[in-house]
Amino acid sequence: MPIFPLPQFVTQALSENWWTYLVFGLIGFGFGYVLEISGFGNSKKLAAQFYFKDLTVLKVMFTAIVTAMVLLFLSSAVGILDFNLVYVPETYLSSGIVGGLIMGVGFIVGGFCPGTSLVSASTGKIDGIVFVLGAITGVWAFGETVDGFWQWWNTSGYFGRLTLMDAFHLPTGVVVLLVVLMALFMFWGGEKLEAIFGKKDLSKEPKLRVVGAGVLVLLALAVLVIGQPTAADKYANLTITRTVEDEKVAFTPGQLLTNRLVQVHPGELLASLADQKLNIVMIDVRSEADYNLFHIRGAQNIPLADLETVLPFLLSQPPTNTVVVLMSNDETAASDAWKVLVANSVPNVYILEGGVNNWLSIFGADEADITPTPVPPADDALAYTFPSALGDRYEAADPEPEAWELEYTPKIQLQRQRGPSGGGCG
Amino acid sequence: MTTAAPEKPRKGLFGIREKPYVHPYVGGVLLGIVLFLAFLITRNGLGASGGLNRLVASVEDIIVPGHIDQTPYLLKLAGGLKNPLDDWSVPVIIGAFAGGAIAGLLNGRSKFEVNKGPHISNRTRLVMAFVGGVFFAYGARMARGCTSGQALSGGATLSAGSWALMMMIFAGAYGVAYFVRKMWN
Repeated sequence: MPIFPLPQFVTQALSENWWTYLVFGLIGFGFGYVLEISGFGNSKKLAAQFYFKDLTVLKVMFTAIVTAMVLLFLSSAVGILDFNLVYVPETYLSSGIVGGLIMGVGFIVGGFCPGTSLVSASTGKIDGIVFVLGAITGVWAFGETVDGFWQWWNTSGYFGRLTLMDAFHLPTGVVVLLVVLMALFMFWGGEKLEAIFGKKDLSKEPKLRVVGAGVLVLLALAVLVIGQPTAADKYANLTITRTVEDEKVAFTPGQLLTNRLVQVHPGELLASLADQKLNIVMIDVRSEADYNLFHIRGAQNIPLADLETVLPFLLSQPPTNTVVVLMSNDETAASDAWKVLVANSVPNVYILEGGVNNWLSIFGADEADITPTPVPPADDALAYTFPSALGDRYEAADPEPEAWELEYTPKIQLQRQRGPSGGGCG
Repeated sequence: MTTAAPEKPRKGLFGIREKPYVHPYVGGVLLGIVLFLAFLITRNGLGASGGLNRLVASVEDIIVPGHIDQTPYLLKLAGGLKNPLDDWSVPVIIGAFAGGAIAGLLNGRSKFEVNKGPHISNRTRLVMAFVGGVFFAYGARMARGCTSGQALSGGATLSAGSWALMMMIFAGAYGVAYFVRKMWN
């Protein structure tokens, strides 16, 4: 099982370990220090980027991106890092594009971005200090005005945790290599531009940079050759911690299934749906035909074969209170779906115990339209017949929580106390 | 025989002589390593505007607490008993400020001055810096992250949205650069 990211940053709240703040402080220190020694505290140097005279911004930024990227995916390839736990900014295409353009205008007019302005201010540059004051005003202004376009901001062009690999259907190693080659091409072109517009003498540039470029390409090739761990690899090495009688016990996924620790009684699902604090995501993995005949209100139909397409959305749900409940007619397909999601590090995944058939045997018992099939059905087939495909317009699709008193052993436990973005990305 | 008088070395606070910046590729590799370590250890990347946002929310929480509880956006940060400062982004920006300050001092670049193009007054530069700050931060909050949280961190993790946004930052800046060229050249 990958040891990174450290579990204290994944399963626990930061306040449970004081030193986690110190780690972030040190990371910030390194961030600020490197920005300063790279010249990012100086607005003139930053602005020169946009007149092709001094492409320091482009060089530092893209060198940092490709260095971090190659190291990240190499760590994931050799199995020390679980990349699905790494925070990947969610894709909100519309607000990203508009916000990006506004940022660009702010960059050239103000001469900084927020990170560099902090560094500039910390070295006494008055324009940096004033930019920070402007940024504080801008942040405040956004908080006050976002209500006016809340819907657009939260839904337009939303794709969840979408990576370039997902978007272009390319293997990770290929994307990593292409990004490295693109960056090297930009550096080559950038140096040419500097020679023309900035009258820079390229012969004085250190020859070592060519060696560095070679190392980057080799590392990217290593990522490509080793490949990323498959879901099956991850599933085989996975353990999930649950609290049993106040003790934390590590289980393999197989043990969780056979000990029936993740099969949620219909009564618990009904109670959880009514719980305001929980964000219940119900995924119905049956065929569309079965789903159209009857489904629990609020359940989304995603057949087993398409499950991986919704991973970007599931991985970007707030992990501290999101519970995914999978269901099929019995449990077979739902259990297969459970394995897929668990292998992909989706937290808090459960199965509806006995599936939709069990749900109907309880909540549909009094509904005259819902009758058991005359012959016993095959495994994971629907055991009830319906006069028409009414979907969720049966009473059993949306029972009143107060009307039912059912006995069950609660199974749902929240695995994580901390979301990666903490409600508002940096 | 006369020699040109050597250029007077620039000095920062405490009379430390100003040293040159590191080579951009060296700075980039170092920044990449910091970014990688951040992801490896903590699962989070780097950020700046998010931390500023939380500072603002914490001040608002003190001055106008009722207002926070009526604004959905601020509610997420500071609603009810939530402490807006209890977040990873806050120690990161405090650390960044300290890191910049130490680097500036050690390299003789810390001094009170205004950096600007040769043809504008200090006043113009400062007004533009303020306006630029407002724009940048507004855009950063709209895009859910700035050059650090989105372009750097999202770039390295190959987030599709972050790459689109990064192109837009450059597009926005290059698009307007011509019209403000007098400011910088």
